Amino acid sequence: MTEVLNVSGVGKGYPVFRNELARFARWFGLPTRPETQFWAVRDVSFSMRKGEVLALIGQNGAGKSTLLKLITGTVRPTEGSVAIDGRVSAILELGLGFNPEFTGRENVMHSGGMMGHSGGDLRRLMPEIEAFAEIGDHFDKPLRTYSSGMQARLAFSLATAIRPELLIVDEVLSVGDAYFQHKSFSRIRKFKEEGVSILIVTHSMGDVREICDRVILLDKGVVVRDGPPDEVVDYYNALIAERENANLTVEQKRAANGWVVSRSGTFEVWIDSLELVDAETGSAVSSARTGQLVELRALARLGTDIPTLVFGFMLRDRMGHVVYGTNTWHTGQALEDLHAGDEVMFKARFRCDLGPGSYSVSPALVSSSTHLENNYEWTDNLLVFDVVNFDRPHFIGSSSLDADFTIEREDGAASATLEEGNATE
Amino acid sequence: MIRPGHAASLWRYRHFIMAAITGELRSRFASSRFGTLWFILHPLAMAAIYALVLSRVLGARLGQNENEMAYSIYLLAGMAGFNLFQETASRCLTVFIDNANALKKIAFPRIALPMVVLGSSFLNQLFLLVAIVAILAMFGHYPTVHWVALPVAMLVAAMLALGLGVFLGLINVFVRDVGQVMVVVFQLWFWLTPIVYPIEILPEGMRPVVEWNPVTPITRFYQDVILDQTWPDFASLLYPAALAIVLVTLSLFVFRRASAELVDVL
Repeated sequence: MTEVLNVSGVGKGYPVFRNELARFARWFGLPTRPETQFWAVRDVSFSMRKGEVLALIGQNGAGKSTLLKLITGTVRPTEGSVAIDGRVSAILELGLGFNPEFTGRENVMHSGGMMGHSGGDLRRLMPEIEAFAEIGDHFDKPLRTYSSGMQARLAFSLATAIRPELLIVDEVLSVGDAYFQHKSFSRIRKFKEEGVSILIVTHSMGDVREICDRVILLDKGVVVRDGPPDEVVDYYNALIAERENANLTVEQKRAANGWVVSRSGTFEVWIDSLELVDAETGSAVSSARTGQLVELRALARLGTDIPTLVFGFMLRDRMGHVVYGTNTWHTGQALEDLHAGDEVMFKARFRCDLGPGSYSVSPALVSSSTHLENNYEWTDNLLVFDVVNFDRPHFIGSSSLDADFTIEREDGAASATLEEGNATE
Repeated sequence: MIRPGHAASLWRYRHFIMAAITGELRSRFASSRFGTLWFILHPLAMAAIYALVLSRVLGARLGQNENEMAYSIYLLAGMAGFNLFQETASRCLTVFIDNANALKKIAFPRIALPMVVLGSSFLNQLFLLVAIVAILAMFGHYPTVHWVALPVAMLVAAMLALGLGVFLGLINVFVRDVGQVMVVVFQLWFWLTPIVYPIEILPEGMRPVVEWNPVTPITRFYQDVILDQTWPDFASLLYPAALAIVLVTLSLFVFRRASAELVDVL
C-alpha cells in the first residue's frame, strides 16, 4: 500500500493585478495585493497507491488540466503541496513542447533531455521509440510536417519509453486514430500490470469504466466525488443533466446488491414501479434464461401536465457497459398532451438474448430523444436481474448470437494423422 | 548567490544543456543553405558595410594608425565584442517566451534555458573569431600571443549580457513590450559604444556617456588585442565585471520570485 502520490490541500490561484508593476513590486517584498484571484483549483487532496489507475473527470474548465500540471510540476501551486515518490512521466495536452523545426529524432533527444533522460539512454531507446510511434520516414522529417495524430504518437512513444512510477496522461489518447489508441491502451494496461500508477484525464466514460480503479470528479476546481468508477460516472452523468435542467435533484445510493442507484430528475413524471416479467406467464422474473421472452413493465405517474413524454430504458452489464438501450422517441411512440394524475404503463417486450451474468435496467422519462432537454426522471440501475444459460450451448460474452456451425470435413492423409494424435490424448 | 539547488539541477541537466546547444547548431545547419554561417556572415557583412561607407564614402580616417586596413580590423574587433554581448542579451530576453511550449508541458529546471543560450552564444563567438582570424590572415595580420587574454573579456561580456538579458527576459514574459523596446535600445547601445568610431573623435560632452557604457571597456579590450596587438587593460574590466555580478544576482533573485508565476502567463 505504498503511496506514490500525495496531493494535500493544493490550490492554484491566478492573481489579477491592476498593472504588472504591482506584480513586480510583490517580488521585491512590497505588500501589493492582487485585485482578484481566480482559483482554477482549490483545496484538492487525494493520494494514489502504487498500481492504481485514477481518472479525473469533469466538464471543460473544471480544473482537470491545471491539476495535472500542478502534479507534473510545470505549474507551481499557490497553496498546499504535492509529494511524488519516483519518476513521473507526463503527456500534457498535445505533444511534449516539441520544436517544429527539429526532426522527430531530434525532438526525442531534446524533449527527452528536458524530461531528464541522458543522451546515452535516449540513443539506446531510440529504435524502440521509433518503432512504437510508427510514423515511418517522418521520424527524420521536421515536426512542422506532422499531423496532430503523428505528434501524439511521437509524444506518447517518448513519454512511455521508460517505465515511470507515475504516468500522467491528459486526453492525448483521444487524438490518435483507433489503431494507435488501442496500442496506447495496451501499453497503459501493461504498465498497470507492472504496478505503475496512472492518472488520466478523459472525457470518454467508456475508458473510465474499462481501465480505472477509481474516479475523481472535479467541478469548478473542487473535488465533488471520489470513488469507484460506476458510482462517480453515474453521478457525473446525472450532474450534466442537472446543468441542463435547473430545478433537478440528484440522489445516489449503493444498493445491497452492489449496484449504485443514481436518481435524478425534475419528477413532474415519475416511475412508480418497474418490473421484469415473463412475457407468457406474466410472473416476475429475477433470473432470466438466455433466450427467454420477457417484458419490462414500467408504470409512470404524472404530477403535472406535460406536452410530450418519452420512455426509455438501458441494459448494462456488470462492468457498466451499455448492452442495449432505446426509447419510445426512436420507435416513433412519443406520447403527447398528458395531464396531471394520468397513469401510463409502458411495456417493452424483448427476447433476453444475453450471456450469463448480472444486468441492470436504467429507466428514463424524458421529453425528447436525450435526457438533456427535460429530464423528468432518470434512474441508473433501478432494477437488477441475472441471466443464466439454461438450454443453449455454452458461450461467453454478453450477447447470445447463437452461432450456427457448419463443418465440412474431408478425409485425407493429413487429417488422418491429426485424428490419431488426438486419439492418443 | 547561485543556490545549491540551481547548481545541482544544472549538473543533473548537463546532458540536456549540451545536447540542446549542439542540437540548435545542427538544426541551423540543416534549415538554411548557409546554416550557421549566417551568424558569422551577419557581423562580417556589417563590418564590411561600415568599412565601405565610412572609410571610403565619407573618407573618415582612424587617427594615427598606419595600416590602411586598420579601420576594417578596428571594426571587426569591436563588432566581435559587441556581438557576443548583444546576441546573449537579446536571446535571453526572449528565451522564456520562445520555450513557452516546453515550459508548459515538461517540468525541468528553467535555469537550464539561459545556460543553453550562453553556450550557443559562446560557440557562435568562437566561429566568428575563427572567421576573423582567417580574414586578418589574408591581410597578413596574424594573431599574437595577446589573444589569450580574450576569454577574460568574453566571460565579462557574457555575464553582463546574461544578467541583463535574464532580468529583462523575465519582465518580458509579463510585459511583452520590453522585447520591442530593447530592439531599439540595442541599436542605440551599438552607437553609444566605440565600434564604428574611435572614442577620441567624440565631442567632450558625449564622452562621459560612452565611458559609463559598460560595454565600452569590453570592445576596447578586443580592439587592443586584435588591432593593436598589445596587452589590454585588465583593470578596465572591473567596472563591467562588477556590474555583471550585480545584474546576475538581481536576475537570480527575480528568477526565484517570478518562477512560480512564469508559466501562468506564458
